[in-house]
Amino acid sequence: MSQATLIPSPREISTEPRRSDKVFRGVVTSGGISSLFILGLIAVFLAYRGFEVLKEEGLGFITGADWSVTLDESANVVESNFGLSAMLVGTILCALVAVVIAVPISVFSALYLNFYAPGWLKKILVAVIDMMAAFPSILFGVWGFLVLMPSVEYWGKLINRYLGWIPLFEVKPYFFTRSPFVAGVVLAIMIIPIITSVSREIFAQAPLDRIQAAFALGATRWAMIKAVVIPHGRSGVVGGAMLGLGRAMGETVAVFTVLNIVFQINWHILLGAGGNVASLIILKFSEAGDYEIKALMAAGLILFLLTLAVNAVANVIVKSTGKSGR
Amino acid sequence: MIQTPESEKAMSSTQPSSLASVANARVERTQASSAIGTGLEARGVHAWFGKNHVLADINLEFAAGSVTALIGPSGCGKSTFIRTMNRMHEFIPGAAMAGQVLLDGKDVYAPGVDVTKIRLQIGMVFQKPNPFPSMTIGENVLSGLKLAQIKVENKDELLESCLVRAGLWNEVKDRLGAHGGSLSGGQQQRLCIARALAVSPQVLLMDEPCSALDPGSTLRIEDTIRELSDSMTIIIVTHNMQQAARVSDYTAFFLSDGGPGEMIEVARTSEIFSQPKDQRTENYVTGRFG
Amino acid sequence: MSAVAIPTKPWAKSPQDRILGVSFLIAAAAFSYFFVAVTEMKGKLAYAFIFFVAYGVITSTYSFITRGPQAAKDSFVSTLVALGAVFTVIPIASILFTVVQKGVPGLHLGILSNDMSMATSTDPIPTGGVLHAITGTLTMVVLALIMSIPIGILTALYLTEIKGKFAGPIRFLVQAMSGVPSIVAGLFILSAVLYPITKNFSALMGAMALTILMIPTIARTSEEVLLLIPNELREAGTALGGTQWRTVAMIVLPAARSGLMTAIILGIARIAGETAPLLLLTGGGDKVNPNPFNGSVGSLPYYIWKSFNAGSPEALTRAWAGLLILMIVVFILFISARALSNRKMSK
Repeated sequence: MSQATLIPSPREISTEPRRSDKVFRGVVTSGGISSLFILGLIAVFLAYRGFEVLKEEGLGFITGADWSVTLDESANVVESNFGLSAMLVGTILCALVAVVIAVPISVFSALYLNFYAPGWLKKILVAVIDMMAAFPSILFGVWGFLVLMPSVEYWGKLINRYLGWIPLFEVKPYFFTRSPFVAGVVLAIMIIPIITSVSREIFAQAPLDRIQAAFALGATRWAMIKAVVIPHGRSGVVGGAMLGLGRAMGETVAVFTVLNIVFQINWHILLGAGGNVASLIILKFSEAGDYEIKALMAAGLILFLLTLAVNAVANVIVKSTGKSGR
Repeated sequence: MIQTPESEKAMSSTQPSSLASVANARVERTQASSAIGTGLEARGVHAWFGKNHVLADINLEFAAGSVTALIGPSGCGKSTFIRTMNRMHEFIPGAAMAGQVLLDGKDVYAPGVDVTKIRLQIGMVFQKPNPFPSMTIGENVLSGLKLAQIKVENKDELLESCLVRAGLWNEVKDRLGAHGGSLSGGQQQRLCIARALAVSPQVLLMDEPCSALDPGSTLRIEDTIRELSDSMTIIIVTHNMQQAARVSDYTAFFLSDGGPGEMIEVARTSEIFSQPKDQRTENYVTGRFG
Repeated sequence: MSAVAIPTKPWAKSPQDRILGVSFLIAAAAFSYFFVAVTEMKGKLAYAFIFFVAYGVITSTYSFITRGPQAAKDSFVSTLVALGAVFTVIPIASILFTVVQKGVPGLHLGILSNDMSMATSTDPIPTGGVLHAITGTLTMVVLALIMSIPIGILTALYLTEIKGKFAGPIRFLVQAMSGVPSIVAGLFILSAVLYPITKNFSALMGAMALTILMIPTIARTSEEVLLLIPNELREAGTALGGTQWRTVAMIVLPAARSGLMTAIILGIARIAGETAPLLLLTGGGDKVNPNPFNGSVGSLPYYIWKSFNAGSPEALTRAWAGLLILMIVVFILFISARALSNRKMSK
């Protein structure tokens, strides 16, 4: 063979889009990029407004617990201290209580909806739960304060009586009103629909042929769920729980109504003293002077970054489960 | 093969047509072994999906230790039929059935019967290999025991014997801890067979077990089927007539003419392929349609 | 065939099973009654809880006796997951019940035609109304729609039609944006628009914050809808010589019309009751404000918030009535979204 076979090089196929399409693509792309733009602007503006306070307080803005402004007679700021640690701890504490309560309930009800409920009941329940996810938070706030809070305080006292020897459930002084536990329960009720629908969708993607294989091997429903559905959905449920956590950390009105805000780090969930970054903003906003507003902006920035991080991780987890499940 | 038209074995005395007499045919017992029960029998089995009548009046007896192939064009109800045998049919919403399925003379649909026990006695291998992805090869084989919480004395021995019988032992003995998904399609299907064997069923249902596999893997599985037939009753659904001819003792031909699927003829495999009684069977096995 | 075969479901529950099930329920109820009577646990929830535990124990014992340990576990888990579903639904039921029960007394003939400019928090119920709140919420929703529909749908189009190299990151960012706390959206508008530019509360400010919260909902739902449009339609359009722009405008978007409506309605439901940003941006006036671009403006959530914080019995009744109206609005939005999307599927 003197001559190697000629392999033709691939031709380039290109289309020059018409002008109308170029405009169209430009407009759509700019619309698509706007979400990036908005998120960027949020971070930039909050950082810009809060910069002065962040620089002044330094790391103390995160680690300090005191939030106070001292005024002289002519309402000039004499001294100010802005520390967010109590609020941050409180935010995380309430959100964790919510997630701990909500996850088992949501997972159970998602399992019930997918594998136990008769078809007609499933339809109704899914509609009702989806609607609950759309309920405005002020509804939960008012209902939580006027209806739920007395019962939750009573449960708190019971928990304290029987489990008070665990440091987490210690209550000193004996004061249960508007505790992180109450806020956590209200938040739990708000995020149960979210975690339920994420879990339900993930469980529904559990491979049918594996489910059948398990049943064909003589598994009961629960044995099948344990062998097929839970291994498949585990990380998706974790992602759903984190979505709920993000929502719980950013919730404002529903927490504000049922939480006693105290500028002191408190880990005792039953004690009526808590903190919450979002509620702090509402609490201080109306009476804040220029400088304090800047501090609130900085607090908003911290909250923004925190929820953004939690949500990002959650979405990555949920997405990767959805893919591997197919 | 003994055809017993309108014999004492015909279940309902109301079977006037010649077609029904064919449908009432029985398969003679080739091997009698008390260890593997007295076989499986379908009596007047019908199946519905919602209002859709998909299977009409199937009467078939599967002798213990025999291999029976169910052949017929797509949509004739073969798979539905074997799924009524181990009560997998009822998972489809709107499913309904009529008739009886007798395992060792007892109706598996009788009230009070524990369906999980039935499925332990009547194992199943599906069309597509479906090992549990979260389990290793070894765990997959023993998963049936775990699912039904059956205690076994010597797990390792059972594991080895199941894999040996499924013809997979030599290929996987060094990597029992690897995940089931790391095997090839044919190996996965043999893993699924080993998994079904581990709970020692009397009957093994195979729903087109080779349709997703290459010819080499198909031959391996056919070898396995022949070896297993010594110790259990096997019912295999297949589209591949050569396969039916290679592995089965008896062959039943199913057909649907637009209405519910019916069993046209059952006989010894050699007879079905050489001298079928029904014209439609002949047309099908000679490749004139289907 | 003389005997026509009748479809049966031998796996369905027999009457005996049902009787047995009901008697288990009764036994569990009786047990929970006595348990609550003799111990210090009390309240409806204690009843419910003990009832479920008792029911679980009874059924699993029965399953254990009849079918063995595996079945017992299965029965117990069945009770447990049903308990989960009940705990999910109890709050909804309680919320619906309370809002209707406490909200109805706050309704009166003039509620939709009066505002609160002449009423104080302790005035009797028939004075005042929510006209200012309804008009304010409507104004803000309309303004938010004008801003968020183009952005939301363009984003969805970018993700489904252009599929540019940023599609992955943008999908991710839209997800992230749906997690932005509403108070942060409010602070952002405060810092970026209200302080430096307008320097005054207005409906527009509130609407801008709501837009940020609404875009992800519209974009994500629209994307799902557009993905359902079969590709053949697009290819048919392009094969006929249409430009991409004409294909999208004349084929894809009309085909997705009802789905896009659903997306918009869900977006409205998402923001209709949003409170926190409005507290920062709108001032919450008590009077109907005809100018959407300047001046303090009321809204339903702000009205509820104000009445709730005023604390007098009359004010609380007003708050519940406001919640009832808000809930009816969300309910109607939700029902119409479902009806629209169901119609789309059945087509």
